[in-house]
Amino acid sequence: MKLEEFTSRFNKLPGAMPIWHGIVDVAQFRSLCEQVKHDGGKLVALWGSDESASGAGYALHVALVTAAGMLCLTLPVSAERPAYPDISDLFPGAGRMQRAVVDLLGLHATGADDQRKWLRHGSWPGNAHPLRKNFDGNSVSKTETDAYPFITVSGDGVHEIPVGPVHAGTIEPGHFRFSIIGDRVLRLEERLGYKHKGIEKRFESMTLEQGAKLAGRISGDSTVAYAWAYAQAVESVTATAPPPRALALRAVLLELERIHNHLGDLGYLGNDVALSFGFSQFWILKEDVLRLNGELFGHRYLMDRVVPGGVACDLDHRDIERMLQLFDHLEQEIRILKDIYDEHAGAQDRFLTTGRVTPDLAAQLGLTGLPGRASGQAWDMRAQFPCTPYDQLEVRMATHRNGDVAARVIVRFEEVMESLRLIRLILAELPAGALRATVTAAPEHALGIGWVEGWRGEILVALHTGKNNGIHRLHPHDPSWQNWPVLEHAIIGNIVPDFPLINKSFNLSYCGVDL
Amino acid sequence: MYQIIRQILKTGIKTETPPQPDHALRVDGQQLQEKILRHIGRALAIRHVDAGSCNGCELEIHALNNAYYNIEGLGIKFVASPRHADMLLVTGPVSRHMETALKRTYDAMPEPRLVVAVGDCGCTGGIFSSANSPGGENYASCGKISNVIPVDVAIPGCPPTPVALLQGILAAVSVSTKSENT
Ligand code: SF4
Repeated sequence: MKLEEFTSRFNKLPGAMPIWHGIVDVAQFRSLCEQVKHDGGKLVALWGSDESASGAGYALHVALVTAAGMLCLTLPVSAERPAYPDISDLFPGAGRMQRAVVDLLGLHATGADDQRKWLRHGSWPGNAHPLRKNFDGNSVSKTETDAYPFITVSGDGVHEIPVGPVHAGTIEPGHFRFSIIGDRVLRLEERLGYKHKGIEKRFESMTLEQGAKLAGRISGDSTVAYAWAYAQAVESVTATAPPPRALALRAVLLELERIHNHLGDLGYLGNDVALSFGFSQFWILKEDVLRLNGELFGHRYLMDRVVPGGVACDLDHRDIERMLQLFDHLEQEIRILKDIYDEHAGAQDRFLTTGRVTPDLAAQLGLTGLPGRASGQAWDMRAQFPCTPYDQLEVRMATHRNGDVAARVIVRFEEVMESLRLIRLILAELPAGALRATVTAAPEHALGIGWVEGWRGEILVALHTGKNNGIHRLHPHDPSWQNWPVLEHAIIGNIVPDFPLINKSFNLSYCGVDL
Repeated sequence: MYQIIRQILKTGIKTETPPQPDHALRVDGQQLQEKILRHIGRALAIRHVDAGSCNGCELEIHALNNAYYNIEGLGIKFVASPRHADMLLVTGPVSRHMETALKRTYDAMPEPRLVVAVGDCGCTGGIFSSANSPGGENYASCGKISNVIPVDVAIPGCPPTPVALLQGILAAVSVSTKSENT
C-alpha cells in the first residue's frame, strides 16, 4: 500500500483531529513506517494492548504523522508468538517505547538492538506483564534487585558519575550515569522508570467519566493538555461535539498553561547561569498568572477544568478585563526581561553553543516539541493541524536552527508572546453559548485518539473502549519519550556543570514517561 | 546592570506575611515532643523527595521560593543533602521503584527528624490508588507515604497551595497548640 492512499483506504476517526486508523499485516506495517520516515514524517507514539478477551491475542499500535495528518496502525499479534517487527532503526525514539511494551505486555520487537528492560526495575518479575488482562493490578510481588546492565565506557582516565534517583533540588527522580574524562562528558546514560505507579493499569478499572480526572494527573504541569487530549478521545468515540464557547475556553486554558510553564523555565534558566535576578522576576510573573488562574477558574494549575464534552469553568466580561490587564503588565515586563537576558554577557556566554542539537541530528533522532522547534524541526500542531479555535488564529510557529540552550530560551520567549496574542484574539471573539455538551455512553471496541500541542510538545491519548462505558486500554503519550534519548546526545562534549542547564532547557517529564 | 537595578527597584518588595501554622494537619499519635521542636526552632533545613508524584505538588513547592512566599525569609531552606536536613518533605504516592531511595534518604537524616507528607497522594495514595486497596498499594505503588516511613504532618490538597504547605511546615516545627496555650 502506498502512503498517499491512507486517507482514502483507512477509516477517518470522528472528532477534531485529522486521524486515520487502519488494521495492517506485518509487511504493510513495516512498509508504511518506512514510507513515513522517507517522507519526512515522524513517530508520535507506540503502544500495545491485550485483546485475548475477544480471542485475538494482542495488538501493537503506532501513531505516525505525515503532512496529511495522523496515521494510526494496528498490527494484530498472536498469543503464541508475541512479536512484531522492530522500527527503532527508522525512528530511534521507538527503542524505549518498544522496551516498555515488553515490560508491560510481553510483546517483543524482533531485531531491536537494545533488548534491556526499561520501565521494570524490581517490583514485578520479568515473566509477569502488568497490562495483560490476567494480571491483577492490586497484587504485590516480592521486590527483586534491579541489576540494570548500564553500558560502561572504558579507557585511560575515564570515570563514572552516578546521579540520582534523588537529585539535589526539587526535581522528579531519575538516574543519570555520566562517563567523563576530566570535565567533559563522553557519554550519558539515563535510567528512568522510578515513578512508575501503574497509571495505565489504573485506567482500565475506570469508566470514561472517571478517567478524566486521572488523565489530568499524568503530568501535573501539563494537566490541560492531557485533559484536552483525553476529552478529544472520549468525544471521538461518543460522537460528541463540544460547544464553540467550550473549545475557545479550552484554548485559553492551554495557552495559560504554556505561559506559566515557560515563565517558570525562563526564571530557572536564569538561575542556572547565576542570574538569580531572572528567577525572582519570572517567578513573580508566574505567580501572578497562577493567582489569576485560581481566581478566575478556581484552580491555580487549571486541573479538572477541561472535561469530556466541554469545560467546567467560564469567564464573564469582568474576568476578561482582569486577564487583559494582567497580560498588558506581563507583556511589558517580559520585554524588559528579554532585553536584560539578551544583553547579559554572562548569561549569553553560558547559553550560546551549550547543549547543541543540530537540525540534522534532531531530524535523525526525532526530536519533537519545543526543543525540536529550537533545532529546526518545524512542527507545531496548532499551526499545522489546527483544531477549533486555532483554525481561525493563524498561529505563528517559533522555530530556530541553532539548537543550543540559547535557542530553547528564545523559543520560550517567542511562544509566551504568541500565547498572549492568541488568548487576546480568542477573548475578543469569545462565542456565546453552552459550556458543555452531553456525552453519551461509548460503544465497545471503539478507538478514539486525542492529540494536543502542549507546552512540551505533542500530547497523545489513545483510548480503546471496553464494556459498559469502561476503558479497555488507555495509552497517554508524552513527547518526553522522544526527547529524553536526544538529551543524551545534547550533553556529549559539554562539561558536567552544564548538565543542569541543558537538562532544564529541555525540561522533560519523568512522570509522563514512567506512567 | 543599570537596567537590572532599575527593574529591582520598580518591582519593590512582594513578600507577604506568612500564614499561621495549622495544627489540624498533624497526624494523630505522632505529635512531636516539645523539646525536639524547641531544638529545631524556626531555622529549618528541608530535603524534598518526589517519591512518585504527578509533579503537580512540586510546582507548589517551587512556588514557595518565589518572592511572594519567600520561604527563605522565614529561615527555611531547601538543602541538597539529607544529612543537612531537619525535615523530609515527601510528595506522591510512593512508587515501589522509589521505596528504597525514600527509605535511604530518611535513614541518612540526623535525628531529630520530621516528615511531612504532601498532597492527597502523599496522604492517602490519592487518585492513583484503587478503592479496593485502602492503603493505596498496587503492583507498582506502596501507596501513602506513611506506609513506608513515619509521617508527622500530612498536608492534603491536589496540589496543596503554597499557603497550605507553609501552614503544614510551620505546624511541624512549632510547639504543640496545647503547650503554647498553657
Ligand atoms: S496530590 Fe494531586 S498534584 Fe499532588 S501528586 Fe497527587 S495528583 Fe499530583
